[in-house]
Amino acid sequence: MAEAPKKSSSKKTSTKKSATKKSNGSAARAAEPAETQVKMTVSDEVAIEITDMHKWYGDFHVLKDISLKVNKGERIVICGPSGSGKSTLIRCINRLEEHQKGKILVENIELTNDLKKIDEIRREVGMVFQHFNLFPHLSILENCTLAPIWVRKMPKKEAEEIAMHFLERVRIPEQALKYPGQLSGGQQQRVAIARSLCMNPKIMLFDEPTSALDPEMIKEVLDVMITLAHEGMTMLCVTHEMGFAREVANSVIFMDEGQIIEQNEPEGFFNNPQSDRTKLFLSQILH
Amino acid sequence: MVQNYVRTKMSPDMAPPATETGIIGWVMKNLLSSWLSVVLTVFGAYVIYLIVPGVVEFAIVNAIWVGKDGLDCRSIADGGRVQDGQAIGACWPYVQAYFSQFIYGRYPLEERWRVDIAMFVGVVSLIPLLIPTIPYKRENAIFLLGVYPFLVTILLTGGNIGIGNGAWGFLAILMVLGVGFVVFQAKTTQSIQISSGLKIVAAIGVAIAIVYLALGFDYGMLDVETPLWGGLLVTLVVAITGIVASFPIGIILALGRRSEMPVARLVSVIFIEFWRGVPLITVLFMSSVMLPLFLPEGVQFDKLLRVLIGVTLFSAAYMAETVRGGLQAISRGQYEGAMALGLSFWQMMGLIILPQALKLVIPGIVNAFIGLFKDTTLVLIVGLFDLLGQVQASFTDPVWSSPATSHTGYLFAAMVFWVFCFGMSRYSIFMENLLHRGHKR
Ligand SMILES: Nc1ncnc2c1ncn2[C@@H]1O[C@H](COP(=O)(O)OP(=O)(O)OP(=O)(O)O)[C@@H](O)[C@H]1O
Ligand SMILES: [Mg+2]
Repeated sequence: MAEAPKKSSSKKTSTKKSATKKSNGSAARAAEPAETQVKMTVSDEVAIEITDMHKWYGDFHVLKDISLKVNKGERIVICGPSGSGKSTLIRCINRLEEHQKGKILVENIELTNDLKKIDEIRREVGMVFQHFNLFPHLSILENCTLAPIWVRKMPKKEAEEIAMHFLERVRIPEQALKYPGQLSGGQQQRVAIARSLCMNPKIMLFDEPTSALDPEMIKEVLDVMITLAHEGMTMLCVTHEMGFAREVANSVIFMDEGQIIEQNEPEGFFNNPQSDRTKLFLSQILH
Repeated sequence: MVQNYVRTKMSPDMAPPATETGIIGWVMKNLLSSWLSVVLTVFGAYVIYLIVPGVVEFAIVNAIWVGKDGLDCRSIADGGRVQDGQAIGACWPYVQAYFSQFIYGRYPLEERWRVDIAMFVGVVSLIPLLIPTIPYKRENAIFLLGVYPFLVTILLTGGNIGIGNGAWGFLAILMVLGVGFVVFQAKTTQSIQISSGLKIVAAIGVAIAIVYLALGFDYGMLDVETPLWGGLLVTLVVAITGIVASFPIGIILALGRRSEMPVARLVSVIFIEFWRGVPLITVLFMSSVMLPLFLPEGVQFDKLLRVLIGVTLFSAAYMAETVRGGLQAISRGQYEGAMALGLSFWQMMGLIILPQALKLVIPGIVNAFIGLFKDTTLVLIVGLFDLLGQVQASFTDPVWSSPATSHTGYLFAAMVFWVFCFGMSRYSIFMENLLHRGHKR
């Protein structure tokens, strides 16, 4: 299992390739990155580093020996069967779940019981949930300005400007004064993304952001995520949207039974999976 | 095949059929829509017929409106002045004569302006707080919760309360504990900064000291001891203090009971279950009869104050369970959404969880408030005269003795209680609708 981190580092070449997309803007977006761009932008700075991490729920060993390194600007897609621990893994990164063994470094801050550090990390890490988790008693605008005002101590006016900016980015500024209950699922999820972005996070975590949505709404959310990816956001996405993975991921991780079974760049992962479990999973999910 | 059709004449707007609108429509729909509702309507009408005319007759038609003593409410055959054979209803002159006692109790006559000011300031600052469109809610609330209670205490008691060495010693101990706690927390968990923590402790210390000085200052007002208080004054003091103080305590207890910290949870559970397991009468008895036995010789504790503490803690336990019900209805996703944004525990609770949870349990909260308001009548048992107690005490007055006196007194007390409780109930419905409007799907 110590294989995982090595793989991740060996994949750094692919990381570099895709990260250059950002510097070239959307023009380069459709084209496959050229080999010559390899050395250009990817920072070697580490955004998240997980080493030999274990987690238990009571006696149940949910996560086993997880090692994973994510560089700044990398987009990682995590997939795997239900109950394999994907959500648990990304929830450990912002301490919604506590790990019992091993080490998690986020933006060079180690996650321990130190509340101050947890707060610091949560400020830098945005998260988007399957069920949106918008605050139903607050308007869309208030949902977006709440954390900047209370956590970042931003003046209300400025927070509202920033919120409107991001609501425009997710293409729903006209809904700003409505309440979450009045929006469609796809709109709510885009608000949730905007809400996270208002905190200006360095890393975004997505936990099945589209799996509670109707098919026609999935696209509008994925489009927002793809734009975000092209702007160089560090992203960890639990998703089964393989089209999304192919388009923007630097690296795809397959998990099963609480372990990382395989990690590879999308091309290799989909066209040439190594492990039998991965093959089986892909055959089920792709057809 | 497509049929061609062109409208040549526009259809005019018509009134809906009479079965849908107007009195007939309303009656058909709401009272007579099925056989069962016909039966219930008839039964309801009969009950109204039994009760309402009797009450109206007693309270208005046959009531005596003017008079100078109980004889005006007695028939001649009974030794009074009312014509024989004339029905005698409520004896309102009695209420009029006793009115100020029902309001103030035995509060000295020439000092009653102090009660008036306290009530006036309370009403004037409460009304803008209750009307949602009026601004400065925060300042208003700070005044009502932070300044007003001390203002009232000083006004009603007269200030000049002996703040003994014990109280100052208590403050000193509190400060030492506070500083110790801050330093300990900062050293062990780093969850707070020493400087900001100490600032908070210092602010609390200064606030308490100011309160001590304000309460202890001699304003030159007559000392009115609490045994002289009575009537509506006592009812309101007990009910409002109980409501205002039990609400935050109840919230803290509810949070404690749901906390992941075993000690906080255990303390909350024991507290809640203890107070819920004891009848209020027992609490009042204990506070006024038993408690002095445990206190050291010479330490005196005002009886009203003891009752206030007992009532507050008692209703806090109920409030805690009501609030806990609301907390339970909030999904984990709300907590996670708030935590993922980096909100601290108290921000999460104050901005996200409690607003939603409390909104859900407004009916339960108001229910508790109304219950508490009516339970204040039990203070009679420890010798405090609330409105009802004061009314009952007046029955023994030979000057106003008449067959209708007690009926009239009880009717009056019932009306006053009803007005307050009904007001609370209507206001809660108003608030519910208002809070609902925003995010009803
Ligand atoms: N709070 C919890 N207590 C106990 N067991 C839990 C808890 N949360 C999750 N689990 C278990 O841990 C395992 C991993 O759960 P997790 O939610 O991470 O799976 P997942 O890969 O995200 O699945 P899905 O695709 O269905 O979301 C599951 O077997 C689940 O039953
Ligand atoms: Mg999951």
